[in-house]
Amino acid sequence: MPVNPAIEGRTYPPTAPYLVGREKVREFARAVFATHPTHLDPEAAQAAGYADVVAPATFPIVVTAATLDQLLGDEEAGVDFTRVVHGDQRFAYSRPIVAGDELVATMTVTSVKALGGHSMVTSESSIADASGAHVVTATSTLVVRGDE
Amino acid sequence: MSAALEVGQVVAEASFPLTRDSLVRYAGASGDFNPIHYRDDVASAVGLPGVLAHGMLTMGLAVQPVVDWLGDPGRVLDYQVKFTRPVVVDPETGAVVSVVAKVGAIEDAAVRVDLTVTFGDQTVLGKAQVRVLPPAE
Repeated sequence: MPVNPAIEGRTYPPTAPYLVGREKVREFARAVFATHPTHLDPEAAQAAGYADVVAPATFPIVVTAATLDQLLGDEEAGVDFTRVVHGDQRFAYSRPIVAGDELVATMTVTSVKALGGHSMVTSESSIADASGAHVVTATSTLVVRGDE
Repeated sequence: MSAALEVGQVVAEASFPLTRDSLVRYAGASGDFNPIHYRDDVASAVGLPGVLAHGMLTMGLAVQPVVDWLGDPGRVLDYQVKFTRPVVVDPETGAVVSVVAKVGAIEDAAVRVDLTVTFGDQTVLGKAQVRVLPPAE
């Protein structure tokens, strides 16, 4: 079943706030082989001018898990997760994420295209902090394979 | 230092030996528990050549040599990749992902760093670009 093109332009409600924890940042940093001390050591982060450890560049993918759930849970969208392949990913930053941030993601489906039996769904999740200021926008394209 | 940068200059390179443990660790840290990243039976049932590294793990590690060069993760302004080929992680021998980061373009204040990310003799990411503020003097 192809993805419903009518979801193009749809914006989902803001996600519940995600509180960025110091140990989660350190755990994620170790998992992506991040060794820079600002990711791991609060004192090094503070010496560099940050309130706490800095999340690695791809950490927003953790925050956008809730927006992916919104898309998969949208019955009108018709996205079958067992057929999903990650096509591309981008993070455009206003500022880095640091431990202590409380982040909310708001996702908009920016494009749904059919390509040789597959569907390509591009979405943009705008992530803001507790003051409402933009932190990072995560843009993903998922390729949903058609029936073989 | 930034004034001395030239297009084509290699600013960082590194190799990352991945094992199945790396994939389990990334699954836990990221919350992506798709079993194609740790179960051979599931991977083969869906027609894959083996257990694959998460694309986001490859993306996540590939930028780290650039962060070390920058000396401050806050200098990363924008990071994008296309996932073009899978990284198959052998249960015994693992897989080695290699990264070479070169200056792709010099803009007013920012620099575009292009990543060549390979597994074996093939690139696994396409259009892997990091826009950065170059390192401070």
